[in-house]
Amino acid sequence: MIETTRVRTVLSMHSKPVLKRHVRLQYDKVRTAWALLSPERVFWPNEVSLDILRLCDGRHSVAQMIVLLGDQYGADEAEIAPDVTGFLQEWSDKFLVTL
Amino acid sequence: MTEPVLPPIGMLAELTHRCPLQCAYCSNPVELLKANREMDTQGWISLFEQAADLGVLQVHLSGGEPTLRTDLAELIASLARRGVYTNLITAGVGIAEGRIEAFAEAGLDHVQLSFQGAFAATTEKIGNSRGAHEKKLDTARRIRKAGLPLTINAPIHRHNMEEVPDFIELALSLDAERLEIANVQYAGWALLNRKALMPEREAVERQVEIVEEAQERLRGIMTIDFVTPDYFAVYPKPCMGGWARDAFMVAPDGTVLPCHAAGTIKSLSFERFGEWDLSRIWHESSAFNAFRGTDWMQEPCRSCERQEIDWGGCRCQAMAIAGDAAATDPACIKSPLHARMGALIKEAINTMASDEASDAFTYRRIGRVAEPIA
Repeated sequence: MIETTRVRTVLSMHSKPVLKRHVRLQYDKVRTAWALLSPERVFWPNEVSLDILRLCDGRHSVAQMIVLLGDQYGADEAEIAPDVTGFLQEWSDKFLVTL
Repeated sequence: MTEPVLPPIGMLAELTHRCPLQCAYCSNPVELLKANREMDTQGWISLFEQAADLGVLQVHLSGGEPTLRTDLAELIASLARRGVYTNLITAGVGIAEGRIEAFAEAGLDHVQLSFQGAFAATTEKIGNSRGAHEKKLDTARRIRKAGLPLTINAPIHRHNMEEVPDFIELALSLDAERLEIANVQYAGWALLNRKALMPEREAVERQVEIVEEAQERLRGIMTIDFVTPDYFAVYPKPCMGGWARDAFMVAPDGTVLPCHAAGTIKSLSFERFGEWDLSRIWHESSAFNAFRGTDWMQEPCRSCERQEIDWGGCRCQAMAIAGDAAATDPACIKSPLHARMGALIKEAINTMASDEASDAFTYRRIGRVAEPIA
């Protein structure tokens, strides 16, 4: 069994997600689309993912992100919360976002 | 072509064939180029500019050992200026004090550091380089200290496959965010050394289980990517994501190739950057168009529902094993030659059992197998 002091980060409403140092969100003029660059892979986030990623600036808490996204999409916060938290936890597990 | 040619996303730049290690599994061609054949700084910068214009988003700086290029920081800076993601792939042996910090300063995004073994004796034997392991450990610490994210690369084969659990522990202890455990691809020097490198089926199956367990247990702690072994596969890999589909590579002398082993397909001819510009090579090179899309495919690929999943697999493996670069990759269970993969595994294992001396590597050296063309 491997011993490690490193643990998986689990998201809370107080987490302030930020894109990792080795991940970059940038506009690609050639393909006229937003690209998320990471080691070995390029992701092409859809509109909703992009709006979440743009709020991953280390200043907005998850709770604030849900309020802002709810306003933006005219959606009920309770309804979108599981999608937002699920997305952020998954992206944290993939080492794209620090919670 | 029936489909439009899309712009490339990734580029592998083999800046040099020089390397302090002599790994027998190296994917470089056996005809290695000497330093005097390497493209100069301005040549590479001009190529990188054209790559960015063309739509390349990621450049993997590799070799040989890319840090042997004294102009590496300058090359990184030229890519960073254009917003291109830079990934340095290094053996991490003999990098002078201060240079890793200079790469970070120049805008380097990420480093992949290879370990030939999880223990010093293994690393030294496989790379034929005394003290290499300690130097790599030191390099890993310097990479993290410079604030750079780290992937540990562990190419595995018969001689280090049992060290997979130790590679995982090593990567964790070095604070890597990612570990790439890659079964060796039998091209270049690895093809030459296939008999000595080929693992036994039981060993492969055991390691797959260990990796899958660790991937689950270390979710959110460290990412483990696993490159499966072609010879034990059911379906082939979509090599390079499909021939000339979204990536290409450049040899030290500026020759632009669809993949790193494409030179083994002798019916193809390749252009050098400078003779043609990059956009013309990408769109018009006969080598790039030879296996682009699906029109070139023979049966069983031609009528296969997986043709746009694996794109026929690896053309160089088809060349090496089927003797026809347009054949279905024999790694595929639908290939009439699939049984030959199993026979090659058996042959390697039997040779190994009957003759211990066949365990010896042909170490990678410039001029060792074929003299570079002057």
